[in-house]
Amino acid sequence: MPAPSPTISENRLFLSGNEAVARAVWESGCKVAAAYPGTPSTEMLEVISTYPEIYSEWSVNEKVSLEVAIGAAFAGSRAFCAMKHVGMNVASDALMTLTLTGVIGGLVIAIADDVGLSSSQNEQDSRFWGRFAHVPVFEPSDSQEAYEMTKLAFDFSEKHQVPVILRMTTRINHVKGLVVVGERVAHPNTGGFQKNPARWVMTPAGAGKRIPLMFERDQALRAAAEASPLNVVDGGRDRRVGFVASGPAWMHVKESFPDAPVLKLGFSCPVPVEKIRAFAKTVDNLVVVEEVEPLVETELKAAGIHCHGKDILPKQGELAPNVLKPAIAKLLGEPAPENLAKPAPVFPRPPTMCVACPHLGVYYTLSQIKNITISGDIGCYTLGAGHPWNALDTTISMGASMGIALGLDKGRGEADKDKRILAVIGDSTFLHMGMQGLLDIVYNRGNVTVLLLDNRAVGMTGGQPDPGSGRDIHGEPAPRVDFAKLVEALGVKKERIHVVDPYQLPVLFKTIREEIKIPEVSVIITNQPCVLIDDYKKQKPYEVIDEKCTGCGNCVEVGCPAIHVVRREKVVKPSGKEVELQFVRIETSVCTGCGLCVQPCAPDAIVPADPSKPIRLVKH
Amino acid sequence: MPESNVTNILVVGIGGQGVMTATEILAEAAIALGHDVKKTEVAGMAQRGGVVSSHLRFGPKVLSPQIMPGTADLLVAFEAAEGLRWCHYLKPGGLVLLNTAHIVPPVVDIGLYEYPADPIAEIRAKGYRVHAFDAMKIALELGDVRLGNTVMLGAMADHLPFPAEVLLEAIVKRFRARKPQMVELNQRAFEAGRAAEKAAAHQKAEAIA
Ligand code: SF4
Ligand code: SF4
Repeated sequence: MPAPSPTISENRLFLSGNEAVARAVWESGCKVAAAYPGTPSTEMLEVISTYPEIYSEWSVNEKVSLEVAIGAAFAGSRAFCAMKHVGMNVASDALMTLTLTGVIGGLVIAIADDVGLSSSQNEQDSRFWGRFAHVPVFEPSDSQEAYEMTKLAFDFSEKHQVPVILRMTTRINHVKGLVVVGERVAHPNTGGFQKNPARWVMTPAGAGKRIPLMFERDQALRAAAEASPLNVVDGGRDRRVGFVASGPAWMHVKESFPDAPVLKLGFSCPVPVEKIRAFAKTVDNLVVVEEVEPLVETELKAAGIHCHGKDILPKQGELAPNVLKPAIAKLLGEPAPENLAKPAPVFPRPPTMCVACPHLGVYYTLSQIKNITISGDIGCYTLGAGHPWNALDTTISMGASMGIALGLDKGRGEADKDKRILAVIGDSTFLHMGMQGLLDIVYNRGNVTVLLLDNRAVGMTGGQPDPGSGRDIHGEPAPRVDFAKLVEALGVKKERIHVVDPYQLPVLFKTIREEIKIPEVSVIITNQPCVLIDDYKKQKPYEVIDEKCTGCGNCVEVGCPAIHVVRREKVVKPSGKEVELQFVRIETSVCTGCGLCVQPCAPDAIVPADPSKPIRLVKH
Repeated sequence: MPESNVTNILVVGIGGQGVMTATEILAEAAIALGHDVKKTEVAGMAQRGGVVSSHLRFGPKVLSPQIMPGTADLLVAFEAAEGLRWCHYLKPGGLVLLNTAHIVPPVVDIGLYEYPADPIAEIRAKGYRVHAFDAMKIALELGDVRLGNTVMLGAMADHLPFPAEVLLEAIVKRFRARKPQMVELNQRAFEAGRAAEKAAAHQKAEAIA
């Protein structure tokens, strides 16, 4: 959990966008806040959980978190829900009906778009949900605005009885800036929940009556956007190009073209078309700068306003000054700005699994088994797709490993006749969306071996608790789900359920080998905690006896980042085959003594480190 | 002070090295002096051994949080190859403060890629200046590898548009609030980093002369 940012002065704090939103949620008198962790949105709930006045929770998925917030807003309280972009795909089922009922207490949904793909399976533009669901979208461009717009969004939500989407991107969520803050103002819930089935029970007949009301609301929202002080023209002397921009793209425009007129869209859905039309008349060229999709641009063109956008700007990634400057120079027929220095070609440094991660044993084992197809899922264990294991064949979305495995089984062609199908999923992911998929495998008699990697945390986002961890968002004890019983309840035969220690390689190997041979559903649950969470216990480190190491490289295949190759040697085997030997060293300063690499080392070259020797650091 | 009145400092390294904390402390020092400050990094999966780059911009008014390639006033590299990876962010002829540690990722260990033979020489060949020292060794000599980021802060101290004391004060303030028993040790790490940087600068000067 991030330590709260330092107080610079009473009311001036240095906050990330996520922290600024959290502060504003608290100041707005919000009562209920829920989320599922996901980069870059996670810290919003982490910080909110430190405010005792707000009920906060990690929900099992984004749809449930939105449902919790909806319930609170129906009851007349202010409610907040945060998620990353892909989370809204999950929550959208609830959103699309919420738009008909509307809310009583203010409801703000913060969506963090991972523009630039820092840690996501796709790059999607959540502003579409505003159009799709007919709800307003606010787009802050830094921490101060994130703070202010969150507060405005609660008021706006109550005034128009509509949820408000606060669209953020990585460059707001994780950028720190100075924020002038205020104090919490309690928000009285006067009425409580008011029975009104015509509004809250969305049967086809009930929903049908609400749709015209939604269109009426659209008119009001459009008028509000045209008049909103969040949409402002910032005049400039150089009238050759005028910009329409929102979010961090606005910052980049201001940085790159300090003299250009800019219309900043803070309230960007519905688009204030008339305001933009008037602005367009004051400049020679109108350029729409938006990350990622050309939404505003398309709407302007449909309204007959001539503009540039994705014809001159990239459709992917961030629109930082080094992207904007050359594009605009080209539009104006000017020489491109001085060639920006080129990066040196340096090896990539992809994220790796942690030293002693319990998943290492699983992927090492899987990499040793032939003739299998493995469907993977979202989480730390997605890293198993990389080197040295190369042990995942698919990854689509959270929980999808289950259904995809069933499809790989049922849809197999002649060439895959003898292939065994495995699915890998983590505890949190299983609870998020995997359970239903497993139920489907069981029900439809699929032949899939499921590896449920229970490390008692949402590891990838920093070890947040889930119902499998036995702790709640505050770290307090909470009921812990029993995965073996749970999968049994879903219909997996008791004799096909195994709980194994992923550090016991021979047992793990044997269990997987046996279960993939049996033509029915098996679930193998591994039961060691994530090394980053508090209850992980370090043991004494190991080291390599140089004289005993034969350079076979078996330990390297385990993939622990504490093992380094210090020397390579080419030798010709008696069979005439040339092999490369890899002699290794263990970085004893970080080795936790998990014992994984010891097991595949035939000559017993890996032994407990001599405590009298200095600990070994990284190579120099 | 640079022309635009905004100072751009890029701090880079590997997840877990304390890059973000170091930049945070630097930001606090800039805030204490009344600057507008923005700080950003890409660290989505950085704690899994990935690259961390932390941009710090301060001045009277800061808009974009990102430093443009070719405009950084100072590059602080917590790892040698990362210094090479990011040096094009510097202004021509700019300075890299570099920890000589080579942290070799698994993709290099298994033989897919090579670690650059001499990253420092490559950076110099591109026309940048480098002051290099072994920050990890200094930290370890003081008794704790985790002091590495304070050593790096010490190395930066004499290259900032404000007095070293302001930065030291930000460090002391932070540790006093969180780990008071570590204040003194961090002060020493700061001074050790400062001295190591001076020695490295001097060495370089001698080599030239
Ligand atoms: S025992 Fe081996 S696998 Fe385990 S942490 Fe140490 S080096 Fe890594
Ligand atoms: S498994 Fe043992 S013998 Fe083989 S490279 Fe590793 S330490 Fe050396």
